[in-house]
Amino acid sequence: MTRVRLRVAWVPLVDAAPLIVAREIGFAAEEGLTLDLMRAPSWSSARDMLTFGAVEAAHMLSPVPVAMSLGLGGTAGQVIAPMILSVNGTSIGVSEALARRMPPEAFGFDDATVAGRALIAAAQGPLRVGVPFPFSMHAELLFFWLTTLGLPAPEALSVRSIPPPLMAEALAAGEIDAFCVGEPWGTLAVERGAGRLLLPSRAIWSFAPEKVLALRRDWVESEPDLTGRLMRALWRAGRWLAQPEAHVAAAELLGRPEWLDLPAEWIDRALTGHMMISPQGDSRRVDGFVQFHDGAATFPWRSQAAWIGARMAGRLGLERSAAVKTAQDVFRSDLYRRHLGPAGALLPGASSKVEGAIRSGTAVPSEGGRLLLAENRFFDGRVFDPDAEN
Amino acid sequence: MEAVRAVSHKRRMNDRLSIVIVEADRDRALALVDALRAAGDHDIHVIGDTSGLARRIADRNPDVVLIDVANPSRDTLEELTLASAPLDRPVAIFAGGSDMALTKAAIEAGVSAYVVDELRPERVAPVLVAAIARFNLFRRLRDELSETRRALEERKVIDRAKGLLMKARGLDEDAAYALLRKTAMDKGRKVSDVAQALVTAADLLS
Repeated sequence: MTRVRLRVAWVPLVDAAPLIVAREIGFAAEEGLTLDLMRAPSWSSARDMLTFGAVEAAHMLSPVPVAMSLGLGGTAGQVIAPMILSVNGTSIGVSEALARRMPPEAFGFDDATVAGRALIAAAQGPLRVGVPFPFSMHAELLFFWLTTLGLPAPEALSVRSIPPPLMAEALAAGEIDAFCVGEPWGTLAVERGAGRLLLPSRAIWSFAPEKVLALRRDWVESEPDLTGRLMRALWRAGRWLAQPEAHVAAAELLGRPEWLDLPAEWIDRALTGHMMISPQGDSRRVDGFVQFHDGAATFPWRSQAAWIGARMAGRLGLERSAAVKTAQDVFRSDLYRRHLGPAGALLPGASSKVEGAIRSGTAVPSEGGRLLLAENRFFDGRVFDPDAEN
Repeated sequence: MEAVRAVSHKRRMNDRLSIVIVEADRDRALALVDALRAAGDHDIHVIGDTSGLARRIADRNPDVVLIDVANPSRDTLEELTLASAPLDRPVAIFAGGSDMALTKAAIEAGVSAYVVDELRPERVAPVLVAAIARFNLFRRLRDELSETRRALEERKVIDRAKGLLMKARGLDEDAAYALLRKTAMDKGRKVSDVAQALVTAADLLS
């Protein structure tokens, strides 16, 4: 059988795993696909490659398609997200200089309030924080976290974009005081002795959609069959990745020279949640550091996109209810239901939920089985009800 | 918005574009400057070092920024699409926004352009066309150069492997090469790979 070649842009990160696994472990081949994974040097180029047809699909920061729908980010274009590729998986790190001014209890790696207050207290002048991209869950979570704890932005918080592979260097050079970045780049900063990890981002929002599969709307409409095949291959890859017994193989695979080209041991930390947080070897255990499958991780909730839209609107001075309305149509739960329901994905009864209101493993009505949703909590206990926005 | 329009209007009255080129390679930057000068009388500024890039570009407030697609610092330019004060928020249009074909050509050639103001695409087009031509030329030169380098490297390795075989097996040069070639064909590998394996093994054993 001749396979159909699909070009997919990806950025070197542990959470590109579903794409790499789909290609290398045979889930793409099962669907008659060959994935040509095109490494993008930056998020903006991955986005532009997709918009202008140099690739059919892209590994993408979840807020990027939302930003595009709101006319932010330079490129006009109709891009949608039919599934989430990963939930959480990033961490906040601080420079050695800043870490020395913080008390040891700030590094418990689980309490965003304690860590955030210590960070604000230790800052001398405006806190300079590096994120990979202005439209990223990293940026949204940072603004949400630190402004909630009383740090005024932009006066006391300067968030700037730095390519992830250069984050450790920027921290070591004193260009930034802290960062929020996806693995393995936080681990790299620790390994290089440039800084310490302070908090996994899941401590700020325990179920933040991190990366999505991004597709062009016109391509989805003209290629429904390929859309379904690609989504099924990635969904099965995520299911494979969620098995604890797959972690060693996955770390080994991702570490290869053609993918991340890093020691498998560093990649294993994110996959298993055994994080090393300081150059001295202090370690912390984080359940669900990055999630690819469990708890309906891949389901694109319209309410997640609504939250992103609401945060962006607040931050950038856009009209809030219009932004929320536009944003939630970007996460296409209808495509998820159509293509992954028949493949066996458990489908929640609703496509929107109150974000932040799930304490732990809650069973919800679903088509075809018992669906347990994972913990979904904001660090300050607030909830986000998308219906209250309209 | 009035202030933005007024600035744009003033710019349009003057035909000179303010262009920033972000390029660490000096020769490549100079070649681009030449190409753009040929495309019109523009005010061109080159930034080689990308630290603090967004701030430096914002300070110059250029009409157009040219940057290699492969440059990871491109993401920092996205900040230019946001700004603290709504009034001086620059409008970033990718390659003039409306001209899809030109934008596609630019991406394929390896150039990305940020038009940091409301400019008409037809004004930016000649600049981009010149930049694309120069990027293509440079890419071709770079490919040819690396091809030549590779061929030279392979020749050196094959010569060393031949020498090793001549010494160890008492062969003449032609016979040594014939043996390398036969082994490569039998194993389904390239002559240069077999030669490399032999050289590596000899280094280990010596």
